[in-house]
Amino acid sequence: MRDVAVVAFAQSPCLAANRRDDMAEILLPVVREALGAAGIGRDEIDFYASGSHDFYEGRTFAYIESLDAVGAWPPISESHVEMDAAWAFYEAWAWLQLNEGDIALVYGAGRGSLAADLDQVLPAQLDPYFLTPLRPHRDAIAALQACALISAGLTSERQLAEVVSRSLTAATANPMAQKAGTFAVQDLLAAPYVAAPLRGHDIAPTGDAAAVLVLAAGAAARRLAARPAWVRGIDHRMDTHYPGMRDLTEAGTARLAGERAAAMAGFAPWDVEVAELHTEYSYAEPLLADALGLSGVTVNPSGGPLAGAPATATGLLRIGEAARQLLQGGARRALAHATSGPALQQNLVCLLEADR
Amino acid sequence: MSPRLAVIGIGQGKQARKREVTIGGLVREAVTAAMADAELEFRDLDAVVLAKTPDLFDGVMNPELYLADAMGARRLPVTRVFTGGSVGGHAAIYGAHLVQAGIARRVLVVGYSKESEGNFTWALSRGLPFSAQLGAGAGAHFAPVIREYIRRSGAPEHIGWQVAVNHRLNATRNPYAHIQRPDITIEEVRDSRMLWDPIRYLESCPSSDGSCAVVIAGEQDAARTSRPPAWIHGMAWRTETGHFAGRDEVDPQAGRQCAAEAYRQAGIDDPARQIDTAELYIPYSWYEPIWLENTGLAAPNAGWKLVDDGTTAFGGALPVNPSGGVLSGNPTGATGLLRFAEAALQVRGLAGEHQVGGARRAVGHAMGGASQFHALWVVGSDRPGTR
Repeated sequence: MRDVAVVAFAQSPCLAANRRDDMAEILLPVVREALGAAGIGRDEIDFYASGSHDFYEGRTFAYIESLDAVGAWPPISESHVEMDAAWAFYEAWAWLQLNEGDIALVYGAGRGSLAADLDQVLPAQLDPYFLTPLRPHRDAIAALQACALISAGLTSERQLAEVVSRSLTAATANPMAQKAGTFAVQDLLAAPYVAAPLRGHDIAPTGDAAAVLVLAAGAAARRLAARPAWVRGIDHRMDTHYPGMRDLTEAGTARLAGERAAAMAGFAPWDVEVAELHTEYSYAEPLLADALGLSGVTVNPSGGPLAGAPATATGLLRIGEAARQLLQGGARRALAHATSGPALQQNLVCLLEADR
Repeated sequence: MSPRLAVIGIGQGKQARKREVTIGGLVREAVTAAMADAELEFRDLDAVVLAKTPDLFDGVMNPELYLADAMGARRLPVTRVFTGGSVGGHAAIYGAHLVQAGIARRVLVVGYSKESEGNFTWALSRGLPFSAQLGAGAGAHFAPVIREYIRRSGAPEHIGWQVAVNHRLNATRNPYAHIQRPDITIEEVRDSRMLWDPIRYLESCPSSDGSCAVVIAGEQDAARTSRPPAWIHGMAWRTETGHFAGRDEVDPQAGRQCAAEAYRQAGIDDPARQIDTAELYIPYSWYEPIWLENTGLAAPNAGWKLVDDGTTAFGGALPVNPSGGVLSGNPTGATGLLRFAEAALQVRGLAGEHQVGGARRAVGHAMGGASQFHALWVVGSDRPGTR
């Protein structure tokens, strides 16, 4: 594989609701900041990839608006995934492997606040004949998975509260976090259930934000960043759709994606110092840590999604945060994970490494 | 392009209003046919790319999740692409990129729409700030562009009617096409109801359920199958912003550059002579001359003359949409991929009754948004670099 690295990352603050800016307005300053960090202009970008989803926006072709922020004139080489923008990152990485250009810009705009009631929206992600008509609310399937994990003795409500407490404490050092603070585990456990065994704080708070990454290959990466975050391995895998056909106590496709990424990278998920995991729910952390074998690894030093989850930008933010650990010194190796679908149906793992 | 790439499997389902089948069943039909054509099993696949137009069309959000099983995609990388109506073209090119980059050996590209479970004119008549809610759909967007094309080119009004007749007659030779009107006449098109001046009812695409799947692989696999492959000679995509003062939507720059790049890769310098047939994304009849010119298959303002003199009719020198095209079937998420797949069928010599005699190089084209997303590939019977 061609050496490709993240050379810049920027994001807007995770807000519970941004009612001031439209999609292009949220993106534009973030695109500028990322390009500024890389020290390049728009005309030096060879390929653009983005991710978003119309259902959060409540209208068709919502992402077209974002093209105003990247300035698609003169015409650009561009693609879009109607998914979390982490999959746009993968597409940009794949495009750079073609050797037809050296620099790509990846962006994700996630606006989880626009829908009046996400409980009405998110069941549409399910099988439209057999599952959607059951109208499970947005956290129902996750709660089943959490129950399964606790019943199997793989985690406990107390451990979930500890994950939340640690994440929100870490988020106090992240100026972009939507939610942060110091919370005692006992106090968290006193909160009421939203969907047993999940309490409000076990659920990533939906909100609005944009994330932008600049990717560059080979010599261009070395030119644009003092310490490029090299993508050593990346892979993503899909599981069956039906929660009833899966062992919910395992994140099988996260494990598989981790194995494939490791084979490409030449080092394992547990060889990293830092991991940013796309934990839509607190229980996903022990589940993913087990699937990826992450013992002794610092997880979600940014606070992770439990401190702010801007819809389809959440997974891309994980890659950005992991890359930041390398770009700004600190870590030598980092892992980023993104997920999509009910009960972690689809998973992406990216292994990053800085030069020695 | 360094490694040689080819389409080795193609499948599609009959385009129609199909209330008797689920979305999963609809998709599986095309997938099964493509896999059989490629002589592969699901375990032979390395990745799946799904094309689909807006999820508000049929109400399933992130359909790649629900369709994972129907696409045989368990334990595989799956990506769902969306770039407006061009999405089928973008998905095919992304799939080809995965093979070209050496990331995958064989990629399944799938496109579908089940318009009968939704209402796309409603979904496209989105509410925008400071805009009247017209509920006017896609035709209302394209009608002024067509009027400007007619003004510039001086084309007579019967050109649009003739294209509508040509494509519907082509569809009678394609068993998968939705609209079957073997007796259609110019007068019938002319007298059909005006929808968006100058677009009449019979000059418009239908709303269809349908699916398409193709398997893309490298040279090693192309040599293995019993039926001939369609070699990919060139492919490109380009995007431009949809609305700004001075933008030319009749002849968009992104479309011109997209075609030019694909031709450059294919070693084509005179597309009008070197391309044998084209499957263009023509949702309204007048887009035949518009896209002929934009893709370099006709001179500026002269595309309509190729309609008038019969060049683009079946049996002409440059048949356009021998499958019947978008005017004869429009499962939007699959429509772009169908153009790419039909071009490939032509150069494989497997297009059946709508086979264009001697077709050795063909164009597949897709566009989307406000004519701002463009994708195009050139496929050929000959292995690239051996002709």
